[in-house]
Amino acid sequence: MSGAVVALNGVPQARVATSEAGPAAKRIVVTYGFWIFLLSDIVMFSALFAGYAVLVNATAGGPTGAQLFNQGSVAYETACLLMSSYTCGLMSMAIGAHKRFATYFFAGVTFLLGAAFLTLEIREFIAMIDNGAGPQRSAFLSAFFALVGCHGLHVTAGLAWLMVMMAQVRVTGFSAVVERRLLCFSLFWHALDIIWVGLFTVVYLMGVSQ
Amino acid sequence: MTLLGKLNWNAVPFDQPIIMGASGAMVLGIVLVLAWVTLKGYWPYLWREWFTSVDHKRIGVMYVVLAMLMLLRGFADAIMMRSQQAIAAGGAQGYLPPEHFDQIFSAHGTIMIFFMAMPFIVGLMNFVVPLQLGIRDVAFPTLNSVSLWLTATGILLTNISLVVGEFAKTGWVAYPPLSELQFSPGVGVDYYLWSLQIAGVGTLLAGINFVTTILKMRAPGMSYMRMPVFCWTALASNLLIVAAFPVLTATFAMLLLDRYLGFHFFTVAAGGNAMMYVNLFWVWGHPEVYILVLPPFGIFSEVIATFSGKSLFGYRSMVGATMAICVLSFLVWLHHFFTMGASADVNGFFGVMSMIIAVPTGVKIFNWLFTMYGGRVRYSVPVLWALGFMITFAIGGMTGILLAVPPADFVLHNSVFLIAHFHNTIIGAVVFGLMAGYNYWFPKAFGFRLDERWGKASFWCWLIGFYVAFMPLYALGLMGMTRRMQHYSDLSWQPWLIVAAVGSFIILVGIACQAMQLIVSIRHREQLRDVTGDPWDARTLEWSTASPPPAWNFAVLPHVSGIDAFWSAKELAHARHDGPARSRQYRPIEMPRNTPTGFVTAFFAVIAGFALVWHIWWMVILGAGGAFATMIAFAFREHDEEEIPAQTVAEFDNVHRVEVVL
Repeated sequence: MSGAVVALNGVPQARVATSEAGPAAKRIVVTYGFWIFLLSDIVMFSALFAGYAVLVNATAGGPTGAQLFNQGSVAYETACLLMSSYTCGLMSMAIGAHKRFATYFFAGVTFLLGAAFLTLEIREFIAMIDNGAGPQRSAFLSAFFALVGCHGLHVTAGLAWLMVMMAQVRVTGFSAVVERRLLCFSLFWHALDIIWVGLFTVVYLMGVSQ
Repeated sequence: MTLLGKLNWNAVPFDQPIIMGASGAMVLGIVLVLAWVTLKGYWPYLWREWFTSVDHKRIGVMYVVLAMLMLLRGFADAIMMRSQQAIAAGGAQGYLPPEHFDQIFSAHGTIMIFFMAMPFIVGLMNFVVPLQLGIRDVAFPTLNSVSLWLTATGILLTNISLVVGEFAKTGWVAYPPLSELQFSPGVGVDYYLWSLQIAGVGTLLAGINFVTTILKMRAPGMSYMRMPVFCWTALASNLLIVAAFPVLTATFAMLLLDRYLGFHFFTVAAGGNAMMYVNLFWVWGHPEVYILVLPPFGIFSEVIATFSGKSLFGYRSMVGATMAICVLSFLVWLHHFFTMGASADVNGFFGVMSMIIAVPTGVKIFNWLFTMYGGRVRYSVPVLWALGFMITFAIGGMTGILLAVPPADFVLHNSVFLIAHFHNTIIGAVVFGLMAGYNYWFPKAFGFRLDERWGKASFWCWLIGFYVAFMPLYALGLMGMTRRMQHYSDLSWQPWLIVAAVGSFIILVGIACQAMQLIVSIRHREQLRDVTGDPWDARTLEWSTASPPPAWNFAVLPHVSGIDAFWSAKELAHARHDGPARSRQYRPIEMPRNTPTGFVTAFFAVIAGFALVWHIWWMVILGAGGAFATMIAFAFREHDEEEIPAQTVAEFDNVHRVEVVL
């Protein structure tokens, strides 16, 4: 601000204060906006977390978390999701190097791990519903299905997004637009991991320890 | 299971003459406008230049047009309520049956908050913020268009409910268990929820867009502490949108799950907790109050400084107060329901916090007063609104402090004292601020000023009408009258309610004056023409370009070196006695291309929303699939920008000479 060196006569000086530089580059603007979106998404999850925390003991005579949760299955789910984050990181590196085959490969692995996570989660849901522990059973189970299901819906949306992005790489190659979108995708995918860590702790670990 | 879900001919209330009359008039009005547009052959123009536009200025204007139409709709509801309560005393039942009256007060609140105040504010921010920051567009222009049209979707769905089906009878807050399927089996609550969910997505996207724009896209030299106060308040407001609206989305999603899939978040049975809804609703709802009121604070700051011919007193304290309110607004939600039965400590905490939030607001009031002190104040229409605001809002704030005292609140909770209080603040600050902003920036948007005489007439009718309509409600609240009464037996209330009804008719005259002001101004636009781009001798960058500004806003991005950049540049040029520097280097400008993405997405959102309300599942898939396909089509679009040649820019700049070049 004060005493900053300004671009004079179109000749940029070595160090220009951020506020003197004018509008930021497109890549920065897009990813910044996406960060803000992710924050808003996390706020939405926080409301669902709050709802779960309020209702966790409102089992209405029905089963509790300790009776329902299968930690083995949840451990596999967690492993799938965390590994998919790793392969998503490898995909980002492949994109940075403009390696098309590696991008497809790691995107494919990420997709499969995400799909495996979803399959395990849906199996868990179906088993619970079959045992009479569906979301209509109690307020606790309503909150459980809404919170975990909302995360699952996000993973589903992420998988659809990944497929669309691979189609875009196929059609247009590594354009600036496609690279920006892939960057946003990887931010999204990692954010889902963060939410899952919170979810795993609050729902599954604390639920069983009661 | 039928093809049309729950929809059949019984959904149209043929047996209700008032509803049929109102909806008939509405449908007739829409048909007449459509016919006029078709006969005049305006469709291609409207489509090309407006509906598909991604220009922040046009999107802003369309937001404001929507808001003004909804002001008429919401105000029609208000007049009906006031006249019903003026006559339905003792043995008289009035002319509105309870189930209709209940829909009217619900629709009034929903429409005024979500579809009048919100679009008006987002519209003004759209128009003004990029101009004040000295840039050419918002961060995400297409997303901006999507936001606008999703808001329009919510508005359309709410208004469809008047003709097909019903609206919520739960009040605008839709508290469970009343809003649960058990007690509200009709489609009214579903209309409410889906309208607000869809419009809420639009609002959230607008919030993300503006936070990014303000934090990342300012003109060279526009550091944070050089931003106009309106930009600061817009930043605070949009931060609140990003932090608060997702909570509303989650809360409504829970209620929707209860209603559609038999969940038990808020039900009476199976352990549901209705008070959780009330808490979550106000975790959004109180920040929402500040989402609405902070941008008007910014408008008053601009107006007062400009028309006093002085820079704003205490700029830094104004910024500090704005951001303090932004944070504190998340710490007061429980004062909306002290009667919940929380412990005295909890109620005490929220009571104290509610009083503390009055401190930064007081700072602002004093800053405005000190800005005027010693200035040469020109009493133009925007200043009148600002002065009316300062007095009215101070009174409204003080009654708020009364309500923040838990024991007093136990007496006044849900009485019409509360109604008087929040209208005192929302009309006094938000509506007056919007009117000030509308009069202030109109010449920038359209190139001619609004008529002063009709503007002043409108202001005085609004101001007097407001006091006549709402002061009696304070007395009635203390006399024990609760809100939302279709009928009452205590005849001693009636004289007060007749006075209140008279007040609402005075406001009606004010609104008529505003309509006249617009008509008269359009007719006399040549006399009212603004050729300088700076009709008010103002201080901020939006006045440094032509009125109306070109699509690219600034031929060359301004370089900012202080607060009130335009004002100092004017003074400098005046001191140097040199004419405008015309030797500018023009470069071609990249501007985002127009796209129908927003409009088409919203079209499918209307289909999906309507189908969800009526349980028409095939149509839900059609609407959702269509919206998704539109997004994909946009994602695969090849050229999203077009270049405006340097010559076009130079030609415009030569025709519309700006006085001062930054």
